[in-house]
Amino acid sequence: MAAHRCSFSAVLFALWGLSLLTVARGQEATLEGNDRTAVVDNPESVAGAAEQAAGQPAAEDRRWEATAVEEVSPTEAGGGSDSPAPKPAASPPSVPRPKDDFQEELVIRPLHSGDIYTSFQFRTLWETDFTRENKVSHYRLFPKSLGQVISKFSVRELHISFTQGYWRTMQWGQPYLPSPPGAELWVWFQDSLTDVDGTWKELTNVLSGIFCASLNFIDSTNTVQPSASFKPLGIGNVTDHRFLRYATLPREIVCTENLTPWKKLLPCGSKAGLAVLLKSEKLFHSSFHSQAVHIRPVCKDDQCKTTSWELRQTLNVVFDLHNSGQGKNEWSLFKMFSRTLTEACPVASSSKIYIDITDNSQGEQFELSPATPLLSQAVVLGDRRTFSVYDLTQQITFGTMRSLNLLIRGKSSQGDMLRPLLHAERYVAGYGLQTGEIHTLMYNNHPYRSFPVLLLDSVPWYLRLYIHTLTVTSKGKDNKPSYIHYQPSKDRVRPHLLEMLVQLPPNSVTEVTLQFERALLKWTEYTPDPNHGFYVGSSVISSLVPSIVAMDTNNSRERPLFSSFFPSKEESSYFVRVYTEPLLVNLPTPDFSMPYNVICLTCTVVAVGYGSLYNLLTRSFQIEEPSPGLAKRIANIIRKMRGVPPL
Amino acid sequence: YVRGIFKNLHGWFINCLRYLFCCFQDRAGQFFSSGHTNNWAVLVCTSRFWFNYRHVANTLSVYRSVKRLGIPDSHIVLMLADDMACNHRNPKPATVFSHKNMELNVYGDDVEVDYRGYEVTVENFLRILTGRLPPSTPRSKRLLSDDRSNILIYLTGHGGNGFLKFQDSEEISNVELADAFEQMWQKRRYNELLFIIDTCQGASMYERFYSPNLMALASSQVGEDSLSHQPDLAIGVHLMDRYTFYLLEFLEDIHPASKTNMNDLFKVCPKSQCVSTPGHRTDLFLRDPGSVLITDFFGSVRKVELTMETINLTDPIEQLESAESGELQKEMHTYADQLPVSEIIHQKPKQKDWHPPDGFILGLWTLILLVFFQTYGVKHLKHIF
Repeated sequence: MAAHRCSFSAVLFALWGLSLLTVARGQEATLEGNDRTAVVDNPESVAGAAEQAAGQPAAEDRRWEATAVEEVSPTEAGGGSDSPAPKPAASPPSVPRPKDDFQEELVIRPLHSGDIYTSFQFRTLWETDFTRENKVSHYRLFPKSLGQVISKFSVRELHISFTQGYWRTMQWGQPYLPSPPGAELWVWFQDSLTDVDGTWKELTNVLSGIFCASLNFIDSTNTVQPSASFKPLGIGNVTDHRFLRYATLPREIVCTENLTPWKKLLPCGSKAGLAVLLKSEKLFHSSFHSQAVHIRPVCKDDQCKTTSWELRQTLNVVFDLHNSGQGKNEWSLFKMFSRTLTEACPVASSSKIYIDITDNSQGEQFELSPATPLLSQAVVLGDRRTFSVYDLTQQITFGTMRSLNLLIRGKSSQGDMLRPLLHAERYVAGYGLQTGEIHTLMYNNHPYRSFPVLLLDSVPWYLRLYIHTLTVTSKGKDNKPSYIHYQPSKDRVRPHLLEMLVQLPPNSVTEVTLQFERALLKWTEYTPDPNHGFYVGSSVISSLVPSIVAMDTNNSRERPLFSSFFPSKEESSYFVRVYTEPLLVNLPTPDFSMPYNVICLTCTVVAVGYGSLYNLLTRSFQIEEPSPGLAKRIANIIRKMRGVPPL
Repeated sequence: YVRGIFKNLHGWFINCLRYLFCCFQDRAGQFFSSGHTNNWAVLVCTSRFWFNYRHVANTLSVYRSVKRLGIPDSHIVLMLADDMACNHRNPKPATVFSHKNMELNVYGDDVEVDYRGYEVTVENFLRILTGRLPPSTPRSKRLLSDDRSNILIYLTGHGGNGFLKFQDSEEISNVELADAFEQMWQKRRYNELLFIIDTCQGASMYERFYSPNLMALASSQVGEDSLSHQPDLAIGVHLMDRYTFYLLEFLEDIHPASKTNMNDLFKVCPKSQCVSTPGHRTDLFLRDPGSVLITDFFGSVRKVELTMETINLTDPIEQLESAESGELQKEMHTYADQLPVSEIIHQKPKQKDWHPPDGFILGLWTLILLVFFQTYGVKHLKHIF
């Protein structure tokens, strides 16, 4: 009996070993060209990519990426259901994981317009507690400067972005990570904090030092506490908006001095890994540049019993076809970044390049070289996308040349506009320097679904909003918002805050109009270049847009970084945030040389008018004897000596 | 060999200096003569707008030189009044060139600008000098110098007789500047101070100085204009001013161990090159300019004092990383709903301040009216109204 049990356990052990081996082989599938097990393991993904089924023979040597393999369970595959599996099929044996972890990732998406969108994501996870009594003192991958900020200012969540240029949704579609032009900062503080405003002020000062930016211009006049927008992105249920602060600086410039400290936060700096591509001369020679830092607590594992801190550094760039690409739809890493890749960051646990090939299953849009056999699928922005994956931790990726220079050769570029499901625009109407009207247009391009949007507007105090003129119309009819939160401004103290929850009817344009009056500033309050105008930050539109495929509601699962930023709660819709254009408004500006002119004029009037009058009144006039000539004087001297009276 | 040591100075300079002390005692004596232990630089461009590109390039070329000679970014306060590098008119973004044909990019790939745009004001400049900044100001935006610091202050912009314009909207006068330096001296914020200004009538800015240990240079005399050096047709503006251009050429030849002294600096840009007459003032300075090395101000050749006292380092550093706390949180964490529609709609309106109920107020008024009519009656109303 004992022997029987022994043999049984031996069989079990062997099975376990075999499963391990299969997983390992699945992961190594790229290396072995004719290993078909990975495809056999993965029937569901093939079914999921049914539209590509015709392309399968051509892509015979393609393999699905290891994570995608794990995602699929065979039972689901039989049902043919599209929803992803709730649990990974095979979980690796538990090995003591290091407490911190670093991943890097680059996503490249060739855009319809011929431009190219590149998105870097660097994630550092650290299982530590910044809030406990004794200070965290030993830092490995997590940057110390930010760790100290978290513990000193009781930060629960911090999101900061610096953006130059405006994301053109109509041409480029939705970005993986939205951000408004200029600088944006929003912070959730721990609910144990008492003096939130004072801490916020100090925090902005410190961040301005860390990121070399003018964040110290954030004060009470441009800070708001949104009541419904900007819910925490990390875990935690506290959503009392007293601990939330949100501010934007639409005028903020973004340049090398902001990129330098941002790169210094990475564990490898810009010395190795994907970060070697970050050369400022190329990154800023682009249509859109956005860099961000997001800190939040996330689940450590599936059970989500413990938390770890996530630092996510993202950098999004859109290279222009005509500006950076010289009009040729042919892109390479070298052309975009003037560098090629030679290695992954040595401390990174994963280092990958994803190239979006969803529209390119047959190679009809562009050619990709070197070809990669590794494929991956991810649900991102409500759509299932297919990616070619280059794993930089594998030496084979770099080939014989020991360097990777991806080449994307576009076949055609149609510059036709996209129809994203949700997009928005905003402008100022009216003439003159006294009043005006802000128009916000929100487009729902879904053919039959309506969805809710939450509009947040923060307008500086010097535009005095007439809230009674607020109208919301869609399809020519009044569309009553189901929630309005309006906080009026106080001069020189706080801005207007307007939040509205509006239901956008299907296939419609919803227009929000609001009139305002321009205030007169004190003359020291004007900027040195008031003729340039004054900026009003972007409106923020948060929305739950109906998704085409089911969203993954298990937010603690391992996914590619670009698809795991916004946690999703329901399968039928995905969360998206859209920013409108910032506004540039002219304020009535006085003639700044007027005091000088007045002084000049007054002085002249005083000098000429009053001066001469005063002169006339105070001077005593005397008739002066003309002095005698020389001959007469000599004659007089002689006459004096003679003793006769002078002439 | 000495030069080699200096190159490595930044990383392990203590070891090097010990070595120096063993082998080159006599050299070391000369080495420590200047009496400072740290170097700071405040580099200011006060001009806004694209056509003042050259002023930003001036400041950045000095920044490049001091950084190359070893002053770290943490000891440089760089103030640029406008963004030229990423200006929309710049044909090559993220660059600022000092030489024609885009030869030398002084902006570099690791610049750290501490004050930029609207932050560059007279108030901020004087506050940095005198150290009177708000308590939460980060260290990178402060001049944390002491009485052993050598400070280089470089200003460029548009000026006139006795003033320098900031941002085209305000100005600092030479008297204010002289008083700020006196305050710095009284607060023991510097050991020696080198002041360089490249602006029209620059010499007028240092003529009111009265604090000790100041040396000052200017690009032009009172009544003279400072001129720009060369335009670049691709960028479309003048790239640098003449004085700073030749100063940069001069500094490019300096290395951390060079023995060039201040007298050589005074010879930079003679009238044949500058068109204006550069001026300098050394009467407040106690040392002979011939014995002051350029690297005393432009570099960070740091001096170290050795102590003979024994310091006990055996005290074990307390291990702060305590063992994992046993009780882990057992409840499951969840992510917050990003757009909780129903929750938002049913959100309670903000708590108002307490207000007496409407019925109470109504009752009060009724009471008042009742008492009124009880007392006077209706017929007396005409007497009241």
